[in-house]
Amino acid sequence: MTLDISGLHAGYDGTPILKDIDFTVDDGEIVGIVGRNGVGKTTLLKAIMGLLDPDSGSVRFDGRDLTHEPADVHARSGIGYVPQGRDVFPGLTVEQNLEIGEGIGDGGETRYEQVYDYFPILEERADQDAGTMSGGQQQMLAIGRALVGGPDLLLVDEPSEGVQPSIVQSITADLKRINEEFGTTILFVEQNLSVIQGLSERCYAIDHGTIVDEIGDGAIGDRQQLEKYLVV
Amino acid sequence: MAPLTFSVYSLTALLFQFLNSFGFIVLATVGLAIIFGMMGVINLAHGEFILIGVYGTALPYHAGAPLPLAMVGGVVAATLFGVVVERTIVRRFYDRLLDSMVATWGLALVVSQLLLIVFGSSLDSISTPMGNVDYGPFSSSVYRSIFLPAVALLVLVGLYAVFTRTEFGIKARATIEDPETARAMGIDTDRMYTSTFAIGSGLAGLTGALYAPALGSITPNRGSTFLVESFVAVVVGGPSVIVGTLSAAGILSVFNATGSFFFGTFIGQMLLLLVAIVALRALPDGITGYVDDWRQRRRAEE
Repeated sequence: MTLDISGLHAGYDGTPILKDIDFTVDDGEIVGIVGRNGVGKTTLLKAIMGLLDPDSGSVRFDGRDLTHEPADVHARSGIGYVPQGRDVFPGLTVEQNLEIGEGIGDGGETRYEQVYDYFPILEERADQDAGTMSGGQQQMLAIGRALVGGPDLLLVDEPSEGVQPSIVQSITADLKRINEEFGTTILFVEQNLSVIQGLSERCYAIDHGTIVDEIGDGAIGDRQQLEKYLVV
Repeated sequence: MAPLTFSVYSLTALLFQFLNSFGFIVLATVGLAIIFGMMGVINLAHGEFILIGVYGTALPYHAGAPLPLAMVGGVVAATLFGVVVERTIVRRFYDRLLDSMVATWGLALVVSQLLLIVFGSSLDSISTPMGNVDYGPFSSSVYRSIFLPAVALLVLVGLYAVFTRTEFGIKARATIEDPETARAMGIDTDRMYTSTFAIGSGLAGLTGALYAPALGSITPNRGSTFLVESFVAVVVGGPSVIVGTLSAAGILSVFNATGSFFFGTFIGQMLLLLVAIVALRALPDGITGYVDDWRQRRRAEE
């Protein structure tokens, strides 16, 4: 279940944002994409997810060419997506939001028990409208929703954004545990240093729409090297 | 005793008039409300969709089919027509409210002219089933004043169940709330739009089928009869399909029925439009839009 991005160019309405992106995420890895606001991190995840049709290059997952397929095909191929700002369906209940997540993967297995085990608050509030929950709870729901269908790869867009620091820590730990227990590959985008250091095994730094550095396992602890790409 | 008995009879007559008007507004509105509330498209051909339900019922009926079976024909015809129109025309106009109105208005003209050319200026009317109930000096149609309002309520209850209890309904609502995220959760949103439009069209067809024997003459311009009331009810009801339709139909019918009962249908119709204008001045986002605002303000204060 390798994710293979090669020569990827993408943008909005003819304005190029991503230029010649190449990288690979191996089965079971946790890889971070780091960079400042506006360098193209979210655009990259959207292009990988099929929410944005790439101009050129390719996106392959598990050997399958998904480059120009719509997002629902990506989802059914086993890619779970946790959007930036969470984007839960506010008018649906917590439980209904999770039911929607069953559409991810091949529909064979569901992981309600495990999701409720990670995030007990979701079971307590199963019948509450998702829009009435706090930012951190919505983030848990967005992760739970992407997890329920049993994805092989999880794309997570800035899990720390708009979430209070104590909850950020626990969400980081949850993502790590999901990776260890299910072997779910995780590709996440982040600019919060403690999340990057706490979660990733290696990461790519992105600036002006291209990958400018790969930071390996040994260097993740090096605060100064990471800050180069995060601090303005 | 005479004045009292008179007032009981007239109250009954007023109640039946209300039910008649309520059933008509609900049934005329639901199809339009679903397509507007769920997809943001105002289908100005809605009256012609209903008309296809009328013709789809009247033609097999005159060819000898029993009325209930002929009505199924009307529903099927409008549903199929809706699927074709969504795939070929409406699909290009999502989130383009004004453009969608012009395009569907054009479609309305084409449909009514085609019906005129193919089937002539009118079809024979179908007599209303179920007879009348007489009380004192009054008489009301059982079909229009009891059966159709009951069907209208059943349709609303059924829609509520579909959109809150079924997998399809929940996926449809997710698609409406956030199409991009819905797609990322594996939902084929194009298919959801087609299905939702088909349901709206099928309900228009059902309305046409049910009113085919209650219209009197069946002519290619009857679509506008339905469009005016449904348009007013959607605008007054606001974005929430079921609660909006129910509350708008309830309020508008009270005025329409009272006006019609005391001063005739013309005044009843005028009162309906007057109430709509006043309601829109006071509640620009309709009744359910106002209720949503009020809820959000209350939540913000907590």
